[in-house]
Order: sequence, then structure tokens, then C-alpha cells
Amino acid sequence: MSVPMSNRNKGNSTAPLLEFQAVTKVYGMGLAEMKALRGVDLSVNEGEFVAVMGPSGSGKSTCMNILGCLDIPTDGNYLFKGVETGTLSRDQRALLRRQYLGFIFQGYNLLGRTSAVENVELPLLYRRTPAHRRRELAMEALRTVGLDGLEKHSPAELSGGQQQRVAIARAIVTKPSLLLADEPTGNLDTERSLEIMDLLASFNRDLGITIVMVTHERDMAAYAGRIIKFKDGLVASDDNSGRNA
Amino acid sequence: MYLQTLLIALSEIRRNAMRSFLTILGIIIGVSAVIIMSTIGQGATAKVTADIAKLGSNMLSIRTGQRGPGRSSEVARPLELSDVEAIERDIENLEAVAPMSSTGLTVVYGNVNWATSIIGTTDKYLDVRDWEIDSGRAFTQSEMRTGKMVCIMGGTVRKELFGGQDPVNEKIRLGRQSCKVVGVLKSKGLSSFGSDQDDIVMIPLQAFQRRISGNRDIGRIYLSVNEGASTDTAREEISRLLRERRKIRPKDADDFSVFDMKEVSDTMAGTTEVLTTLLSAVAAVSLLVGGIGIMNIMLVSVTERTREIGVRLAIGAREYEVLMQFLVEAVVLSTLGGIIGILFGVSSSFGLTKLLKIPFVLDPFMIAIAFIFSTAIGVIFGFFPARKAARLNPIDALRHE
Ligand SMILES: Nc1ncnc2c1ncn2[C@@H]1O[C@H](COP(=O)(O)OP(=O)(O)OP(=O)(O)O)[C@@H](O)[C@H]1O
Ligand SMILES: [Mg+2]
Repeated sequence: MSVPMSNRNKGNSTAPLLEFQAVTKVYGMGLAEMKALRGVDLSVNEGEFVAVMGPSGSGKSTCMNILGCLDIPTDGNYLFKGVETGTLSRDQRALLRRQYLGFIFQGYNLLGRTSAVENVELPLLYRRTPAHRRRELAMEALRTVGLDGLEKHSPAELSGGQQQRVAIARAIVTKPSLLLADEPTGNLDTERSLEIMDLLASFNRDLGITIVMVTHERDMAAYAGRIIKFKDGLVASDDNSGRNA
Repeated sequence: MYLQTLLIALSEIRRNAMRSFLTILGIIIGVSAVIIMSTIGQGATAKVTADIAKLGSNMLSIRTGQRGPGRSSEVARPLELSDVEAIERDIENLEAVAPMSSTGLTVVYGNVNWATSIIGTTDKYLDVRDWEIDSGRAFTQSEMRTGKMVCIMGGTVRKELFGGQDPVNEKIRLGRQSCKVVGVLKSKGLSSFGSDQDDIVMIPLQAFQRRISGNRDIGRIYLSVNEGASTDTAREEISRLLRERRKIRPKDADDFSVFDMKEVSDTMAGTTEVLTTLLSAVAAVSLLVGGIGIMNIMLVSVTERTREIGVRLAIGAREYEVLMQFLVEAVVLSTLGGIIGILFGVSSSFGLTKLLKIPFVLDPFMIAIAFIFSTAIGVIFGFFPARKAARLNPIDALRHE
């Protein structure tokens, strides 16, 4: 049960971690056709912390979903570690997500009627981590996002911000190579948001996790080394002059 | 690996306690309804079949008069002992012939009274009607010839008059006549029509005619036909013989009737067949209702399940793993429901058959059908919506409304 690209990747370590080649995404058909992405070229190297900004409806979430292998481009290529994801089977893409990715959704997507700690354990379950180790790692992740003491609460018993943090804990519990975050601080107050950003920055700095994060706020984007701005399904600007540059 | 899937499925069952409960309930209803209905139907059939065997399917009975409209007005000539003798002499293939007359009378022992029916007959009656002596003996030839006042009593009369005491050789009174008890009959219980067959006292026919009825009439003649011989042929021959003896002109109708017990038993068998069919129909409906219940629960929860499957796919579950989880969940729930349904169905039909005093006959085939059908519904409706969801792009499953 190995991920297909891990071997091929060896001779390809100079390739960017992520690469979009003229990626388009079209929703619907005929009159209802909606071009969410219109040929995006983009590449992100390992270890980068990228902020994605842009007006509502500009295609940020669409781009993130494709990066996360949750969706496939209508046209163009998406290369992950130099491997063309379009050639992978559904199962291979699932293994890729399992092995390398952590995803923080715009709308948390937690399992209802399931305790916080069980939600966080979920990705470990599919990685076949032994039960006791699973609980340990999940509790640690919850502590990291400041939710210790609330591990037994189900999503319905948590505030929006707390749910957001459970979602973050779930995304980082596997220590993924790539963390995709769609407005991870969208429901948090400024103080909490800054705490979370410090956290993400430390993951990027200390663990070398590559982060692509959508945000509407300049303050948050400022944590990133690079800011990509979307407009009407295209990259409008790509500013590499951030603090990591 | 399999353990892992099983554990996930079990935790899912616990998490969705209500949904799981309703699924199990639907299956329990379906399975137990079928088992209960079929057990009762089969029990009733077995009971009737046993009763028919007791009745004797090779038995004919003759009485005077005709049942039916416009026939009861004229009083038909009674049967006589000479008819019995003629039948014994002229009809072939007869096992036994027993004349019989009866009347209701109060029997007395000490200061206990009991109203019962007194039957005047011969010892052949025991053979024809399949009676056995429990204690004491049957009538002797001389008792029958001389019309001695001796009697054989049924279990009910014995219990009412003597309690636990042995009645053999005791004297009782039938109306005004004193009578010695020589035997007790083995109990037969209730007849299929609900009457107590043990509530009788038998005395020799001669004694009955002389001391009780005061005439030489015979109420009924019972005959049993030899094994393998046709009751229809015997019946025709008896009719011809009696018409001749009673001088009935060819254009006139019989003024007596010959019953074939087979007809009675056929009618009864027909009735239980209708009953069984009816119960089966009810069972089929319950199975359907249970199935639709399960279907509803599963379909209503499709949206929630689809989102959930989206989450699992998004964090790295493969289609196959998600499917296994849902399949195991559906199988566990359905089997559990099926097993509880069988236990519940079997135990309640056991209680019901005891209550209805019918034999407890389990039909493994029906149990299998009910179990397979219900669990199949559970598995199909638990599994197929999940399969559909697991084949979506993760993002489409997550966005499902
Ligand atoms: N499943 C879908 N079906 C049809 N159209 C879609 C779908 N998803 C997104 N779109 C459309 O694609 C465009 C881009 O959507 P997307 O969600 O990527 O925007 P966004 O930049 O994330 O906006 P926001 O900042 O509001 O989250 C929008 O116009 C949207 O209406
Ligand atoms: Mg968005």
C-alpha cells in the first residue's frame, strides 16, 4: 500500500511540490456554464508558506480543492511532486491525500455526534496508527490548538471557533507535508486568529510543512512568505516579497 | 485490517444509535411476524390433521332422515338392530359395525350429580371410534346380550364423580337405574369443534334400550371400512341395501343419510388451508412494512451519510474502505436484527401455540426466508446509497444537499 509517486519522486527532487499547468475548472454545462478557473499556472516549492487572496467567487476554493486532490481539473495538468495527478486512479489519489495532505475546510466538515478527539483521530485511523498512539497524538493536537479539556465534546457542543480549531487539529495531527487551509481563521476573533497564525507559521518553520492558505485578511496574509491574488479565475498577482523571501 | 473496519463500523452503529435501532426494529418486525404467522398456521394445520387421524378417515356413519330444506317434516323410520345385522352380513370389507343410541342424563355417585350423555352401544364402538380403555375392561359378550347395567365412563365423568378415587366396581346411578362401573376410557380431550369428548358414559345397547330409552330404536350406526377398501363403494352398497330394506321406490329420495368422515376432514383441512394462506398474506405484508421502514431510514439518512463519506474520502479513506465500513455496518445491523427477530418470533409463537393449544411446529424454511429477505433489505438499502456516495469526487460528496 505505497503511494505510487514516492519512488519516481527520488530522481525528481528539484521539481516544485505543486505545479499547475494551464489548469481550468468549469462548473455546469451550456448556459449554466461557470468558468471558476481559466488556465492557472502556478508552482509552489517545498517549505513555502503561501497566502491566497482575492475577491469572493474568484476561484480560491476551487483552486484549493484541486490542490487537495478533492476535485479534478476540467483541463490542464496538476503535478504533485512532479507526478501528473490526472493519471492517478481514485485510490491512488486517496492514498496521496492520506499520506501527504492535511486539509482545513472553509466549513469545518466535522463528523456530527462524534467527540472532538474522535474527529481528530479520524485521519490516523486510515493510516492504521495503533489505538493508544492515536489517542495520544489526537490529544496532543488538541492541546496545540488550545482545546484541551473539550476533547469529549461533540461539534454541536462547541462554538464556531472551537469547531474551527478541531478542524485544524484534525488537519495537522498527521504532520502532513502539505497543509491546505481554506480560511482557517474565518470564524475566529483577531486574538485567536493571530494565535492560529503563529501556530501555522511554527509548523511551517519548525516542521517544514508547506502551507497554502486562503485568507481575506491582510494581517493573516502577512504571515506568509508569498501572496497570490486571484481575480476572475486567474492569478492576478504573485508577490514573492514576503518575510520568507 | 478487517478488525479495523469492524471497529469503525461498530463505532458508527453506536454513533448513529437511533438510526441503528430503527433499522434493527424494522428487521425484527419483519422476521418475527413471518415466523409467528407461519408457526401458528402450521400448528393449526398439524392440529387439524391430527384430529382427522383421530376421527378415522375410514369411518362412515348412518342415521335416519335427511338434512336439508323441506325434508325434516316427515318423520323417517328409525334404524333397528336388524339393519345392523343386515349390514354386517351383506356389505363387504367392513372392519367393524357399531350401533349407537344416546341421550342426556344425570349420573349420581354418593351426593355428587353430573349431567352427561349416556351412550348405548357395543364393544365394537371402541374400535370404530378409536377409544382405548384406561383402567378396568370393556363389556363382555354376556353383558351385551343380556343388557346388564354396567358402564364404562369417560375421563371427565370420572373426575367429576370420583375425583382421584378408582371408580371400577363402584355403583353409580344413571337416572333411576343403578349401574356398576367396569371401565374407564383413556382421555381424548377436546374435539376440533371444541366439545369435551370425555364427557360420556357407555352402557350396553340392550341395557340402554330396555332401561333408559324404552324402545328398540338405534340413533346411529358407525362403521369402519377395511384398510385400503373404498369408503365410496361401501357407502353406495349401504345405500342400496337400506333403500331395499326400507322399501323406497326408485323415484323417491333416501330417508336416511350416510356420512363419510373423509368429507368432514376434507372440509376441515380446507379451512386450515385458507387460514394458512391468510396468515401468510399478513406475514408478507409485515415483511414488506418492515422492509419499507428500513428503506426509509436509510434513504432519509443518505444526505448525512454522503457528507460523512465525503469527509472520510477527503482525509484519505479509499472507496473500498468506506464501502467495507458501510457493508459491515449494514450486515451487522441486519444480522443482529434478524437474530433478535428469530428469537423473538420463535419465543412468542411458542407462547401463542401454548395459549391456543396447538402443536408448536417450526418451519426452518420460513425462518430462513424471513431472515434472508429482511437482512437483504437491510444490506441493500444500507450499502447501495453508500456505494453511490463513495464513487463521487470527495468534494461533491462534501457538498451534497
Ligand atoms: N460546485 C459548483 N457548481 C457550480 N459553480 C460553482 C461550484 N463551486 C464553485 N462554483 C462557482 O465557481 C466560482 C468560484 O468559486 P470558489 O468557491 O472557488 O470562490 P472563492 O474564491 O472560494 O470565494 P469565497 O471567497 O467566497 O469563498 C464561483 O462563481 C462559484 O459560484
Ligand atoms: Mg472559498
